[in-house]
Amino acid sequence: MSLRTPLGRVLGKGSAGDGVSHWWVQRVTAVALIPLTAWFALALLGKPLHSWEAMRGWLGQPWVAVFTILLGVTLAWHSWLGVQVVIEDYVHGKGAKTTLLLLSTFLHFAAAIAAVFAVMILAVSRP
Amino acid sequence: MKQRPLSPHLGVYKFAYTMSLSILHRITGVANTVGFFVFAWWLMAMASGPESYGAAMRCLSTPIAKLLLVGFTFSFVYHFCNGIRHLVWDTGRGLERAQARRSGVLVIVSALLLTALIVWLGCAALARGAP
Repeated sequence: MSLRTPLGRVLGKGSAGDGVSHWWVQRVTAVALIPLTAWFALALLGKPLHSWEAMRGWLGQPWVAVFTILLGVTLAWHSWLGVQVVIEDYVHGKGAKTTLLLLSTFLHFAAAIAAVFAVMILAVSRP
Repeated sequence: MKQRPLSPHLGVYKFAYTMSLSILHRITGVANTVGFFVFAWWLMAMASGPESYGAAMRCLSTPIAKLLLVGFTFSFVYHFCNGIRHLVWDTGRGLERAQARRSGVLVIVSALLLTALIVWLGCAALARGAP
C-alpha cells in the first residue's frame, strides 16, 4: 500500500527536496551566531559605550566591520525564520497571518540593510 | 472548513518544567528579535553622527531602558544556552528524560549566572565615558 495521496500520485512530481531547508538554515545560522554574538557581546563589554569617537573608531575597523555585518545579516536571517514559525503556529486567521508574515519580512529586511549600511558608513568614513 | 483532528494534544500531558523551558525559548526568541531591531537602530544612530548617537545612548540609559536591557540580557543569554541544548538534541544526544531535565537545570543556572556577570560588566562599560 502506498502512503502517497491520490493527488500526489496523479501529479507524480515526487519530493521537491527542499522540505528541510527552513529547519536546516535555522540551525546553520544558530551555529554561526554562537561565536558571532559571543564575540560582539564580550567586545562591547570592554568598550566605553558613551564615547562616539571610540565606538565608531572600533566598529569602523575593517575586520570588526566585516564581522559586525556578518552578525547583522545572520541575526536577521535567524530571527526572520524564527518569527515566521511563531506567527504560523499562533496566528490562525488567514488575513492576519499573511499580514504579520509580510510585516515581519519587511521589518527584517529593513533592519538587516540598515545594520549593513550603518557599518559600511562607519567603515568608509573612519578618520 | 471540515473539523480535522489536531495534533499535538498538549493538554493531555502532565506538566513538567521542561515544558516552560521550551516555551521560554520561543518567548526569548521573539524578545531577541526586538533586541535585533534596537541593535540596527543603535548602529544607524552611530552612523548618523555624534548627536544622534548621544541621543540614542541617553535613550538607552533611562531607568526603564536599563531595566529592559537587563531583561534583554537574560533573554539573549537564555536563548543562547538553550539554543546550544537544542543543537545537541539535533545530533540525537541528550534526549532521555533524565538527561533533558538535567540539561534544563544547567541552562537555567548558566543563564542566571551569565546574566548577573554581563549586567555587572555592562554597568562598568556604561560608566566608562559617561557624560
